[in-house]
Amino acid sequence: MFLLRRDLLLALRNRAEYAMPLLFFVLVITMFPLALGASPELLARIAPGIIWVAALLAAMLSLDSIFRSDFDDGSLEQILLSAHPVAVLVLAKVCAHWLVTGLPLLLVAPLLAEMLGMPVAAQATLLLTIFIGTPILSLIGAIGVALTVGLRKGGIILSLLVLPLYVPVLIFAASATENAATGFDPSAQIYMLLAFLFLATSLSPWATAAALRMSVS
Amino acid sequence: MSSSVLLQTRDLSCTRNDRLLFEHLDIGLEAGQMLVVEGPNGCGKTSLLRILTGLRLADGGEVLWRGEPIDRLAGDYFEQVNYVGHHDGVKHELSCLENLRLARAMGVPSQLDLDDVLDRVNLYAYGETEAGSLSAGQKRRLALARLIATDAMLWILDEPFTSLDKASMAMFSVMFEQHLQQRGVIVMTSHHDISLPTQALQRLQMGMTS
Repeated sequence: MFLLRRDLLLALRNRAEYAMPLLFFVLVITMFPLALGASPELLARIAPGIIWVAALLAAMLSLDSIFRSDFDDGSLEQILLSAHPVAVLVLAKVCAHWLVTGLPLLLVAPLLAEMLGMPVAAQATLLLTIFIGTPILSLIGAIGVALTVGLRKGGIILSLLVLPLYVPVLIFAASATENAATGFDPSAQIYMLLAFLFLATSLSPWATAAALRMSVS
Repeated sequence: MSSSVLLQTRDLSCTRNDRLLFEHLDIGLEAGQMLVVEGPNGCGKTSLLRILTGLRLADGGEVLWRGEPIDRLAGDYFEQVNYVGHHDGVKHELSCLENLRLARAMGVPSQLDLDDVLDRVNLYAYGETEAGSLSAGQKRRLALARLIATDAMLWILDEPFTSLDKASMAMFSVMFEQHLQQRGVIVMTSHHDISLPTQALQRLQMGMTS
C-alpha cells in the first residue's frame, strides 16, 4: 500500500506525462466526426467501437510507464528484493496505474459519448464496461511490460504482444454497449467482462512478477 | 561445514553470452566477515553479486543462507539482504526522507530515526530536498543510507564508493566496520583501496578464465 501511495505521488509530480494518454484519447475520438462527416446516425452506431478502440490505444501508450522508470533507476531491483511478496507489490503498482490512467478515461467518456450522439441508455453501459474493462487492460498490459522492459526497443513488441490479448475485452465491451444501444440486455457480456477481470486479477500479478525476474536477470 | 557459516556458495558457475565467467566457486562467510571481490572489468563481479542477491539465477551450483538454498527461502532471505547496485535505486521525484521511508516499508525497519540516518550520511539538511536535485555523490550516499535505515544482516554492495569523495569513503568504511562488529556480513566489489580491519576480510581475486 506504501507502493500504491508512492506511485500516486510520483504520478502527481509527473502530471504532464500522465495527462498525455488522456489527451490522446480525447483527440483520437474527436478525429472521427471530422473524418466521417456529419452523419449523426452513423456516428451514434459506431460510437462504442470508436471509444473502446481509442481506450485500448490510450492504455497502450501509458503501459510502459508502469515499470520503465523503476527499471531505469534500479528501484525495480529493490522491489524484487523486498521482504514482501512481489505479486502483491505488482498489484499495488497496477492499481496505481489504473487510478492515474484508467479512471480519467471513465470521467471523460460520458462527454465523448454525448459528443458522438450515443443513446443515453447505452451510456451507462459504456461507463460500466470501461469501469470493468480498463483494469483488465492494465493487468494484462503489466505482464507485457514486465516482459519487454529489459529490451531497448520494447515499445513495438509490447503492442504486438498485448493488443491481441486485449481483443476479448474489446469484443465483449463493444458488444455490451451495442446491445444496450439497440435495447437488448447487455448483462451476459458484462458478466463475461467481470469474469475476465477476476481471472486477470488473480493470475496477472504472478505472471508479471515472474516476467520481471526474467527481465532483471 | 560448520553451522556458523551464514552465506555459502557451492560449485557456483555463471556464463554470459556463451562466455564462461566463473565456475566451481565456493565461498563461505561467517558472521562478522567481509568479502571483497576484485578483478578486471567484465570478469563477472557484478554477475556474482547479483547471483548472491537472488536477482540472477546461477547457471550451476547454489547459494545457501544458513544452510538453506536462497531460492527456497525467498522472502525470508530478501529481508536479510540489502543490495546497493550500480543504479542507486533512488526515486528522483521523491525527497530523501520519502525515499528512505519507502526503503523501510519494503524491508525490516531499523531502530534508528530517519533523521539520524540522514545525519549519519551527512544529508541531514537535504531531508525535504528532491533526490533528483542531489549530486551523484549525494545520491550514492542516500542509496547507502538504506543500509542503516533497514535491519539486514547481509549487505551486498556493488562498487559502493563510486562518485564518493575521500571523506565519505572514510565515513562509510567506519559504517561497514560497525556492521561487521554487529555480526553482519558484507560482500562488496571495489576498485578503491579501502582501509578495513584485515582479520575479518576475505579477498576473492577473479580473473578472466582462459
